[in-house]
Amino acid sequence: MRYSGFEVIKQALRGHRGWGPAWRDAAPRSEYDMVIVGGGGHGLATAHYLASRYGITNVAVIEKGWIGGGNVGRNTTIIRSNYLLDGNEPFYEMSLKLWEGLEQDINYNAMVSQRGIVNLIHTDAQRDAFTRRGNAMILNGADAELLDQGAIRREYPWLNFDDARFPIKGGLAQRRGGTVRHDAVAWGYARAADGRGVDIIQNCEVTGFVMDGGACTGVETSRGTIRAGKVGVAVAGNSGRVMAMAGMRLPIESHVLQAFVTEGLKPILPGVITFGAGHFYVSQSDKGGLVFGGDIDGYNSYAQRGNLPVVEDVCEGGMAIMPMIGRARLLRMWGGVMDMSMDGSPIIDRTHIDGLYFNGGWCYGGFKATPASGMAFAHLLATGRPHDTAAAYRFDRFRTGRMIDEKGMGNQPNLH
Amino acid sequence: MLIDHPLLGPRDASEFVYLGDASLIDRPDWQADDAARAFHDYAYLRDNPAGPHRELWFHEGGDRSWLVVTRDTTTHEITDVRLARDVALERRRSS
Repeated sequence: MRYSGFEVIKQALRGHRGWGPAWRDAAPRSEYDMVIVGGGGHGLATAHYLASRYGITNVAVIEKGWIGGGNVGRNTTIIRSNYLLDGNEPFYEMSLKLWEGLEQDINYNAMVSQRGIVNLIHTDAQRDAFTRRGNAMILNGADAELLDQGAIRREYPWLNFDDARFPIKGGLAQRRGGTVRHDAVAWGYARAADGRGVDIIQNCEVTGFVMDGGACTGVETSRGTIRAGKVGVAVAGNSGRVMAMAGMRLPIESHVLQAFVTEGLKPILPGVITFGAGHFYVSQSDKGGLVFGGDIDGYNSYAQRGNLPVVEDVCEGGMAIMPMIGRARLLRMWGGVMDMSMDGSPIIDRTHIDGLYFNGGWCYGGFKATPASGMAFAHLLATGRPHDTAAAYRFDRFRTGRMIDEKGMGNQPNLH
Repeated sequence: MLIDHPLLGPRDASEFVYLGDASLIDRPDWQADDAARAFHDYAYLRDNPAGPHRELWFHEGGDRSWLVVTRDTTTHEITDVRLARDVALERRRSS
């Protein structure tokens, strides 16, 4: 069924009894051309682009739990392409362009809202750094706009401009950035892939890889062995666990990142703003809740929950730029497990094992990358060559010294 | 999280700075023939287990000692804390 305004009216007249499931509850077959491990945003996007762009439809996406139950449903929903380095910016700009056309592409309302993102500037040195970043963005075909304090005051008059310690001097804006309804991304990609014949298999945990003469020829799962010409793993958060079954050690540590949402409030925050002197980012959901987050907790964790020192740190960041947030009550807080890589950038690459491909290391920037990650991984799986925009995301960059370290922190994952 | 410091007793984890896997104690021999490969693995690759994890914490807001903490990464439960110096001495990594 194609979703449309006309369909909504038609179904309304029939008491909404005609809506079918958005995707089939497929049972695993014994063999596929390709198996994608991980039914999150990236795995489902990969399946969609494999089917729609590369014509490969004999594909299964296998998921341990239910689709969209991992990080695609646990993030703060922000999309942007405001990176500095050449290895990153073209990739994230492709992602933002794919977001812009996503709903038409997959015929699903993902509530893509280009409400704009502003990174606040607090010092002269930071203005220099952000000016350089904005120029790098423009050179790579993205949009960027340097705002002075007056321009920020017009848009966000209630910010704490004259704070003694962190006065707000301006900001770097990307108007095309914004937010997306994250669950709808998983569901929309699943429905679109399913519509082209991809099997979405839930409650199917991978327990091992089938190896044949040193090549990967399938996966062992809790629902039996599934053979595949190629296996792509997109399980960020659990990459270390899954790839250990193939005997691989990765340049990745798993860390917990917390996020928070307040009770519903009247509209106050039209876009996304980030604090430049600490780590704090906030937007307002369509239901009215302020959705915000900050740094990772900083120690290895698979627990999907964090500790109080980071809660305090995030709230201090919030109070520093928007003191009124202190009057809001927190409704929910939760944690997600991040693949923190050694240079803060992801990996989309073949492994040393034939037939086994890897997509992970997204740190806490995976959500915005979902469409490009799917496109680049699909390209790699279909053609055997890296996508032009993802050519730098190789395993061997640590060996060859080609790290993509946006923050310049070195091989210390909890500092990225 | 509370870290039960061997000398100071239970201390709040926020007094500490986290470095990572305790395998970082085992720095490779820089004169070995395969030193380049060994240092790549040492610097960049991690076991990253879901479960008990031996890791290095630095008591920056306290006595500035390095600790080897055994902590379950799925529950955050800490089961063992030792001075990193003692661990390194046992492994003949320090004097």
